[in-house]
Amino acid sequence: MTPPQRRRRAPGGDRPAEVPAPAPPGKEGEIRNPERLFVIGGEGGGERADIDLVTLIVARADPPVSATPEQAALLRLCAAPLSVAELSAYLSLPFSVVTVLITDLLAAELVQARASIVRQKVADRNLLEAVMHGLQKL
Amino acid sequence: MDFKNSDTIPGPRTEDRLPHTAEAAVKIVIVGGFGVGKTTMVGSVSEIRPLTTEETMTQAGIGVDDNYGSASKTATTVAMDFGRISITDQLVLYLFGTPGQERFWFLWNGLFEGALGAVVLVDTRRLEVSFDVMGRLEERGVPFVVAVNTFPDAPRYPVAELRTALDLPDEIPILDCDVRRRASSRDVLMTLMRFLHSLAVKGALT
Repeated sequence: MTPPQRRRRAPGGDRPAEVPAPAPPGKEGEIRNPERLFVIGGEGGGERADIDLVTLIVARADPPVSATPEQAALLRLCAAPLSVAELSAYLSLPFSVVTVLITDLLAAELVQARASIVRQKVADRNLLEAVMHGLQKL
Repeated sequence: MDFKNSDTIPGPRTEDRLPHTAEAAVKIVIVGGFGVGKTTMVGSVSEIRPLTTEETMTQAGIGVDDNYGSASKTATTVAMDFGRISITDQLVLYLFGTPGQERFWFLWNGLFEGALGAVVLVDTRRLEVSFDVMGRLEERGVPFVVAVNTFPDAPRYPVAELRTALDLPDEIPILDCDVRRRASSRDVLMTLMRFLHSLAVKGALT
């Protein structure tokens, strides 16, 4: 049996990601409380910190009295460092909503963001060797 | 989730907390079609029970894809499973299993741009499902290896034949794996790391 045939593509042929059209009003139950997501995001609107799924977030202070329930929950979760992806999972909130929450908390200096390592054009060899060493221990 | 009682939100178990010394994280993305074993692979090497991050998706992208035939898959949220491996007290590796369709990729800011590299997990019964994924990675310049998850009833092709079918250059590793086994999944990740290392060495020489 012969497998199906693919054709290789060249780097840089990528198109910019399509911007999704705004959602039409859904039937009841189709979209879960979109208003609520907006409320959680606060009034800051628009501007989001440059936060990656694996940016490590650490609380710098206990939740202030003024914190929203979501902010307080997030601050308690990251008493020890926790990635944004883990925060999203434990809070059961979409990544983008957690990003907005963190942006507000960063501005209020209630959390610290430890930068994720972004792939360079050529990855750092020491970093790759460290990861290989760590995987060997598995 | 009842945020009025935020004290009760279940966080990481004590043993799942990262040390305070953790200062940086890297990620590897595992891409493949539905049911190819992405989550199984994440789970077999992760030190934590795999978690799920979600992102909301607009209606625009829904109903277009044949693979989303079942009602549960047409929800307005898109999920991505992930796991974690502590490399050192300072460095953490995250593994994300993501669907192959690119329209999911931009939902998570920098999912591929920030990744060390990718594993394309393929099922030889549905080889063509992975074609577009590989093309997208090539276009974005994301280095990847190909791991063939060996299902018992799947056709077995010699690597040379697979390489020709997938139109992959000789340097891109292609290997068989059984993602249910931790050692096998680790070997896939090690193969990716060695490949990335060879690219780094080559890059330093030129």
